[in-house]
Amino acid sequence: MTQNAEKVIDHFELFRGGEYTEMLANKKCMFEDPVPAERLAQVSEWTKSDEYREKNFARTALTINPAKACQPLGAVFAALGFEGTLPFVHGSQGCTAYYRSHFSRHFKEPTAAVSSSMTEDAAVLGGLANMVDGLANAFSLYKPKMIAVSTTCMAEVIGDDLNAFIKASKEKGSVPMEFDVPFAHTPAFVGSHVTGYDNALKGIVEHFWNGKAGTVPKLERKADGKLNFIGGFDGYTVGNMREIKRLFDLMGVEYTILGDNSDVWDTPGDGEFRMYDGGTTLEDAANAIHASATISMQEFCTEKTLNVIEAAGQETVAFNHPVGVEATDRFLMEVARLSGRAIPDPIRKERGRLVDAIADSSAHIHGKKFAIYGDPDLTLGLTGFLLELGAEPVHVLSTNGGTAWKEKTEALLANSPFGKNCHVYPGKDLWHMRSLLFTEPVDFLIGNTYGKFLERDTKTPLIRLGFPIFDRHHHHRYPVWGYQGGLNVLVTILDKILDHMDQNTSEVAKTDYSFDIIR
Amino acid sequence: MSDNAGVEEVKARNKEMIEEVLKAYPEKSARKRAKHLGTHEEGKSDCGVKSNLKTIPGVMTIRGCAYAGSKGVVWGPIKDMVHISHGPVGCGQYSWASRRNYFVGTTGVDAFGTMQFTSDFQENDIVFGADKKLGKLIDEIEVLFPLNKGISIQSECPVGLIGDDIESVSRAKGKQYGKTIVPVRCEGFRGISQSLGHHIANDAIRDWVFDKQTGKPARFESTPYDVTIIGDYNIGGDAWSSRILLEEMGLRVIAQWSGDGTLAELESTPHAKLNLIHCYRSMNYISRHMEEKYGIPWVEYNFFGPTKIVASLRAIAEHFDDKIKEGAERVIAKYQALSDAIVAKYRPRLEGKKVMLFVGGLRPRHVIGAYEDLGMEIVGTGYEFGHNDDYQRTTQYVKDGTLIYDDVTSFEFEKFVEKVKPDLVGSGIKEKYIFQKMGVPFRQMHSWDYSGPYHGYDGFAVFARDMDMAINAPVWRMTKAPF
Repeated sequence: MTQNAEKVIDHFELFRGGEYTEMLANKKCMFEDPVPAERLAQVSEWTKSDEYREKNFARTALTINPAKACQPLGAVFAALGFEGTLPFVHGSQGCTAYYRSHFSRHFKEPTAAVSSSMTEDAAVLGGLANMVDGLANAFSLYKPKMIAVSTTCMAEVIGDDLNAFIKASKEKGSVPMEFDVPFAHTPAFVGSHVTGYDNALKGIVEHFWNGKAGTVPKLERKADGKLNFIGGFDGYTVGNMREIKRLFDLMGVEYTILGDNSDVWDTPGDGEFRMYDGGTTLEDAANAIHASATISMQEFCTEKTLNVIEAAGQETVAFNHPVGVEATDRFLMEVARLSGRAIPDPIRKERGRLVDAIADSSAHIHGKKFAIYGDPDLTLGLTGFLLELGAEPVHVLSTNGGTAWKEKTEALLANSPFGKNCHVYPGKDLWHMRSLLFTEPVDFLIGNTYGKFLERDTKTPLIRLGFPIFDRHHHHRYPVWGYQGGLNVLVTILDKILDHMDQNTSEVAKTDYSFDIIR
Repeated sequence: MSDNAGVEEVKARNKEMIEEVLKAYPEKSARKRAKHLGTHEEGKSDCGVKSNLKTIPGVMTIRGCAYAGSKGVVWGPIKDMVHISHGPVGCGQYSWASRRNYFVGTTGVDAFGTMQFTSDFQENDIVFGADKKLGKLIDEIEVLFPLNKGISIQSECPVGLIGDDIESVSRAKGKQYGKTIVPVRCEGFRGISQSLGHHIANDAIRDWVFDKQTGKPARFESTPYDVTIIGDYNIGGDAWSSRILLEEMGLRVIAQWSGDGTLAELESTPHAKLNLIHCYRSMNYISRHMEEKYGIPWVEYNFFGPTKIVASLRAIAEHFDDKIKEGAERVIAKYQALSDAIVAKYRPRLEGKKVMLFVGGLRPRHVIGAYEDLGMEIVGTGYEFGHNDDYQRTTQYVKDGTLIYDDVTSFEFEKFVEKVKPDLVGSGIKEKYIFQKMGVPFRQMHSWDYSGPYHGYDGFAVFARDMDMAINAPVWRMTKAPF
């Protein structure tokens, strides 16, 4: 017996004991009809080959381990960025349970969202009754200031009309006539979570600016010289939003954050559960029409939203998740231009500190080969940073990246001698990445938690940057934007490189001459 | 709650609490929810609440869907088959590798349990149908994963709405490759929770796995001691720490359903002498079928905590000869010292602590004995997707006056916890952080909060350690600032 009360052992050690390993070996050979070991080894090796890679890349129907999620996840993210707002997902209820779990696993925070719980009868009759009852229940139980509606694929396939349903629900008294219920159709079979973010945010902006679905006059824009800021779907939103606010405050910029999730996903442990916390006020969301310009940190998250904002008469500027010195320079210079505010000395010093840190450390990163995957904007931002560190991106992959993303990434790479051996893979998944890592190995992989399967199989050390991160805690609290954020990313990359270096030089009397105390 | 006056007080408090939460609902919904909330009365045949009914819209239910019940629970853990999430990308993504059904195998080569295979529906698939794509996708699986033993097609919502014929595709491709290819109609809008998904998944095994085996001999020579583990998903290794006890008492476990399971084990199951059911809710259907069709008896057991383990080992042994009965006593004796030491170590730290549970279809009752072995008291419990037969079984576990909440809404759960002030809440990831922020210790009772196993004697030690760790963590003393 391996278990004992003095030092209780759990799954990490328990099943390594002799009695369990023997039991599992017996189970396998007697009852599992196992593949013969030789055949297993042969196929296992074959999956690492060029031939396998070719077959793997010939796939047209099957997706394996994709790095993307579906639209309504992004819609829930966008909705939670507004004060007192309850995301309401119209369709099957299981979807909403999944979104809530997914966010809670990443942020280690509660995530509120309700479903209209449509079942088979709604599939036949449509989900109007579910909308009517659902809005009434959500309104009276959770006392939101706003309910932002999106859809699951079920509601989209049967063609439920949100605008008509919400109107009908208001007429039936589910919520007061003047209560804000912006909506967005977010079919899961179009785009990805970043599309859903865009659609939902566009729905909210249109709601407030363009007459609340025809119930009030459209707002008339009177330019007030402020800036709007949109972060996009961002796993680091808690740290990033606070950093952006700090930078804007240092510059003296007058601004409105459109969609601020930094408080709702970072509430204190002080004895009180806050279902709602922080967020863009509804008043600010409406008044944002008067801003002189809107800045989006993630172009591919906000394409449609920015069109609406431009149509209202504002200048719009979109970045691709800027990380590092030059990307942050460009971002801040645009903020300065649009706001008429200078970049003050404290920020100039922060820049200098980041440059200093890179100078201190780049020798460990220079020339190292990287593979990166993730959302389109994030991969662009990280690729740009790697190039300025002298690292060499070799594979850049985005399951939800398209042709525009590919061209943009290739242009970025073409601008640097460190980018010349890199290939860009739009629409590919992590099983494609597995073949790439076996056939064209790199030194490090950058990606989300699912990258750990690639790390295990290909022995490429994984640097966790992206969404979701389930198996490391609290990194979402630290910014990756601004010069401070760049420093955080630099340290994250460096720590992995240096840890890996120590692991590789720790064999006594064999490699430990390089087990240096100073690096 | 030792004296009667205490129980009456608790019942009155429960009644008041329930009335209070119902006031927050619109009238129609309050009427519906009232039937799901109550207090257990000693001597009643069930817990006095309605169950397995539609969730009212807009209330933040904790429930999931039929797909979650089939792909996430029943089929997903069968490790040597490829399970396709057939539809848009999300369902498979959110359920990817998150349930901790442990298995041993070479992932991507002969095992596929922690991979996400999806047809990633696009608009064209909705408009023109996706049967052709499904056929092509199966061809691609056969090229890239030649060692797969079979394929299951886990339907997401659109499949049933666009009129696809996944059964025809499965039949044709199954024939072409000489493989088991199983279409599962577990679209998320079917039924009202995960529960119908379990049932549909059970039926798919009956129709697409068992029926193909009719007349075929077993892969092994049968013994009088061949049993199966049904309804153990091997969360954190639960099925392993159960299997070891059954084998030590002289039984031979020929199949695990479905944690660390294989297609071969599913196929062999009709050769068992006795089916042992842990999760009754999710797998009673197939057990009843095997009883009817193959005459295999089944017995429910409970491997949470020494009291229930001892009773279960003896109840299982009752179905066999003296050799097994002696084996059961030998196992009980062997582990007595360990469980005594665990109780001696942890009970003083946990005695009298009050617990509120809200879990799926089994654990709201099954874990109660383990808590009681540690001197803890269950003051409230409820099921996400239990049926009335679950609430009937629950009466054997709960005490007079226990608060019962079926398909609890997050609103109700928060209010109840605020009032009852338990020392521990056991529920899921969506609930965890809510209660921790309120300063209430919490353990996830679906995933074992990334720990485990909790089954068997080895698992009880881990369970006790974890409950102590949750309740007696120094962090809870710091919730309130001293200034």
